[in-house]
Amino acid sequence: MSNIHTLPGTPRSAHHTLTPPGVAVQLRHLAQRFGARQVLKDIDLDVAPGAFVAIVGRSGCGKSTLLRLLAGLDAPSQGQIILDGQALDTRRPADQGIRLMFQDARLLPWKTVGDNVALGLSGRDVPERVREALQSVGLADRIGEWPAALSGGQRQRVALARALVHRPRLLLLDEPLGALDALTRIEMQRLVERLWQTHGFTAVLVTHDVSEAVALADRVLLIEDHAVALDLPVALPRSRARSHAAFGALEDQVLQRVLRPASGPNTAQTASTDTTAQSDLAKAEAQAEADTTIDVRWAT
Amino acid sequence: MSARIDTLRTHVLPRLLPWLLPVGLVSLWELSARAGWLSTRVLPEPWSVVLAFWHLADNGELWQHLGVSTVRALSGLAVGGGLGLLLGLLTGSLRWAETLLDTTLQMVRNIPPLALIPLVILWFGIDESAKLFLVAVGVFFPIYLNTFHGIRSVDAGLIEMARSYGLSGWQLYRQVVLPGALPSILVGLRFSLGLMWVLLIVAETISAQAGIGYMTMNAREFLQTDVVLVGILLYALLGKLADVLARGLEHSALRWHPAYQNAKV
Repeated sequence: MSNIHTLPGTPRSAHHTLTPPGVAVQLRHLAQRFGARQVLKDIDLDVAPGAFVAIVGRSGCGKSTLLRLLAGLDAPSQGQIILDGQALDTRRPADQGIRLMFQDARLLPWKTVGDNVALGLSGRDVPERVREALQSVGLADRIGEWPAALSGGQRQRVALARALVHRPRLLLLDEPLGALDALTRIEMQRLVERLWQTHGFTAVLVTHDVSEAVALADRVLLIEDHAVALDLPVALPRSRARSHAAFGALEDQVLQRVLRPASGPNTAQTASTDTTAQSDLAKAEAQAEADTTIDVRWAT
Repeated sequence: MSARIDTLRTHVLPRLLPWLLPVGLVSLWELSARAGWLSTRVLPEPWSVVLAFWHLADNGELWQHLGVSTVRALSGLAVGGGLGLLLGLLTGSLRWAETLLDTTLQMVRNIPPLALIPLVILWFGIDESAKLFLVAVGVFFPIYLNTFHGIRSVDAGLIEMARSYGLSGWQLYRQVVLPGALPSILVGLRFSLGLMWVLLIVAETISAQAGIGYMTMNAREFLQTDVVLVGILLYALLGKLADVLARGLEHSALRWHPAYQNAKV
């Protein structure tokens, strides 16, 4: 048909009642411009409910802008964002089940950990929900402390609990692990994956770390030249071992694509990315079989 | 044995040493007054100051003057500080209010309150309202400026986050903006408290029927230098008390702040 990127979503949790826990996201001709500067140009995208999508790209490519548009923080210059068939109302994104995790935890320093998680919650079962959310990130014992007493990784975990306590249908993550040390980052990735598998929300992760994208996502998108330049499905079984040859091959493929300097042929690339994605996958699989020829630097 | 020396060095000495200089000076003062080097008219000996203090406390005069002065000071603070807080919140939160009011207020700010005394006397005469006005005008500006600044410098990232969690309007203000501005507002309060006493002292010299200033002026007329000193010491003590109270308020309202958590008062 056209260049709409559609891939079947993998059904997630067993929490299906009438509405699935994850929202279906559709972007139609989305464009964003700041003054004279065009940041995003004609983005068309379909994300299945419950899918985990990662967006990678160079610094300043517009991936954070795209996420902010999805979050309803900014209104697009052009185009539409459709969630479950309804257009996104930028005035009240919180009511539409969207939660955003920022690069810094952004906890209110004058509220305790528990009160921070309870932000925006109402009802009589709030303390119970707060405790449960903190337990799922392993910080139930720090509920009464000030954020200043926590480490960076712990604060991000509280921010994650704060987002999840609202049972969001769309969780947007704007490079949330970028400021953490390598070990904490890996632990947090496992935590995010586990919680996503439990709750089944749709997740969109913006990251500069390609290995993180391949470790967590069903689908990796590359934003380049203000448009989607690569749409790669990641069909590896969970939970993913970084030492696995296929993992390395995929990561390398995305990295090479990201590092390739932007040039003319890329505009043709975006039109035919669908087929390119399939052939890339085939290539990756072929490479995975020919183990010895891969320069897998991290495999033992 | 060495443990005791250690305890002495780390706990006892730091507490005692700051007092070495004041005690030394007072002792020197007492000595020179008794030895006759210092005339009682210039500077009475510390002991007579203590006696004067006791005498005034005993016959109730001290408390009466103290009460009057404190009420004056606090009324001025309430009026000037309250107004400063309100206008600071207004201009800090609403752009149109800032555009309308801030420039004018900045211009008025540069007029020293004490320079207004002749005008104040002309407008209000020499009764209580004159003193109240003077204290209020002086107390207004630190609180106004710091409130304005506090509201403006609330972390925009926190506001954005709170908005994305569905907070808006009054809830956003109460949970994010006001607590974020509070450290600044309390700094303004501390400045104002310091100014309050200075202005009160001057205001009470204009003319008064009661109050510490009156007591001091009266004593000067009768050459009761010891009572003058009592007045001065009272001002100092009250200033210190106000500062301690403000610090206490800061410590309790800003418990969450990392700068206040390990502080030893």
